[in-house]
Amino acid sequence: MTCAIRMMGGQVMALVKSEELPVRIEQDVVMARQAVRRLSVELKFSLVDQTKMVTAASELARNTVVYGGGGTMRCEVLIDGGKSGLRLTFEDQGPGIPDMSLAMKDGWTSGGGMGMGLSGAKRLVNDFEIVSEVGKGTRVTITRWK
Amino acid sequence: MWHALIMRVHNAIQLKNPSPSFVGEVVSTNNQGTDMPKNKSRIAEILKAHQDDLAAEWVKNLQATGTGKDSRISESQLREQTKEFLVLLSEAAAVGGDVHSQAWNATVDFLEDVSRSRVQQGFTSEETARFIFSFKQPLFARLRAELAKDHEAFAEETWAATELLDKMGLITIAAFQKTREDLINRQQQEMLELSTPVVKMWDGILALPMIGTLDSARTQIVMESLLQRIVDTGAELAIIDITGVPTVDTLVAQHLLKTVTAIRLMGADCIISGVRPQIAQTIVHLGVDLQGVTTKANLADALSLALKKLGFAVTRTKAAN
Repeated sequence: MTCAIRMMGGQVMALVKSEELPVRIEQDVVMARQAVRRLSVELKFSLVDQTKMVTAASELARNTVVYGGGGTMRCEVLIDGGKSGLRLTFEDQGPGIPDMSLAMKDGWTSGGGMGMGLSGAKRLVNDFEIVSEVGKGTRVTITRWK
Repeated sequence: MWHALIMRVHNAIQLKNPSPSFVGEVVSTNNQGTDMPKNKSRIAEILKAHQDDLAAEWVKNLQATGTGKDSRISESQLREQTKEFLVLLSEAAAVGGDVHSQAWNATVDFLEDVSRSRVQQGFTSEETARFIFSFKQPLFARLRAELAKDHEAFAEETWAATELLDKMGLITIAAFQKTREDLINRQQQEMLELSTPVVKMWDGILALPMIGTLDSARTQIVMESLLQRIVDTGAELAIIDITGVPTVDTLVAQHLLKTVTAIRLMGADCIISGVRPQIAQTIVHLGVDLQGVTTKANLADALSLALKKLGFAVTRTKAAN
């Protein structure tokens, strides 16, 4: 099952499993949540960690649909040394985020939401990375380790 | 996606063949229209003359590819369907014209019926499409035998037959897909119907057990019906139970907060129950502020709080045995 082994930060990180899902419509958000829940259960995450990861995925998948105009979610199961983790990458080709620090601020939204999704998702996971270019799109990568 | 593709192909076919017969079309370019009546009916002629043989061959082919091998469809049923289709096809082919013209109505209707019954019998789309496509081999073999000496006519007729059967195949698939989609639509409607009734727990206390995904149009309907029931019954307290909601993200939280605000504006109060430990922790990390909203871990706690708030006291009159 091992697809690739690469060096990261001097450590050997193995990619055990990789899936990609379309995130284009509201229903896809539900599918994304279910996929993340299934993988979290497979990884034997605790119930709290499962819920956190699923909730973060729900926030980011919805952002992809609502603000990014649709994109994809890639789920990767990682093994790094003794610990396993789940990495999710949300990618869209939408308008991008012009002001990142504003977007990451609690309570700020360009739409009609609560403005807690992006910053909240960051607090729910271990690693959070966001890359956005105006006019090109946005990529958010989150990882939760067991 | 799949359906959209089929519809596009479907439409493309319609556009490509505005009205003249595709059988006639192919032949007429070849013969400059001089011999048209004779040539036009070659397929129809062959179909008519060899109906029984063709049907037998076809059934054999179908069985070889797996249709009719299990109990989903009997052999006699399969024979009947192939025979009936051949009769309809030869009649329609004799008239010619586009498959969307009136002469083809009976054939198309029949195919759609077959497709629908295949869905109900539990066939896959591939198995359903095979019904038409497994007729190609016997028909081509027959054309070959009949037109052995006239290579040009053989090529033309083969092409016409391919086009014809491909269109029939597409009709079959489109009908199959349509039947499946109708089923999904019906199930969605049913889901809306059975979603979350507002129940009366006590005088002045309503409860709304929410189940499943909250971030859809469903939420709107459910919340509206709760507000309406509060007006109708003059209830003072509403309990929204989210035990059956697997994920509480910011959108769900926003829906809940909006509902709580609306309920308060109507002069009633609201308790949210079913906040499990993992949900509580997630809400804290998300940073959603539910302060000011009364929450309880389960429905029983919420009910006892509601009773207390309304001045009721529940006492045990007899010791448990």
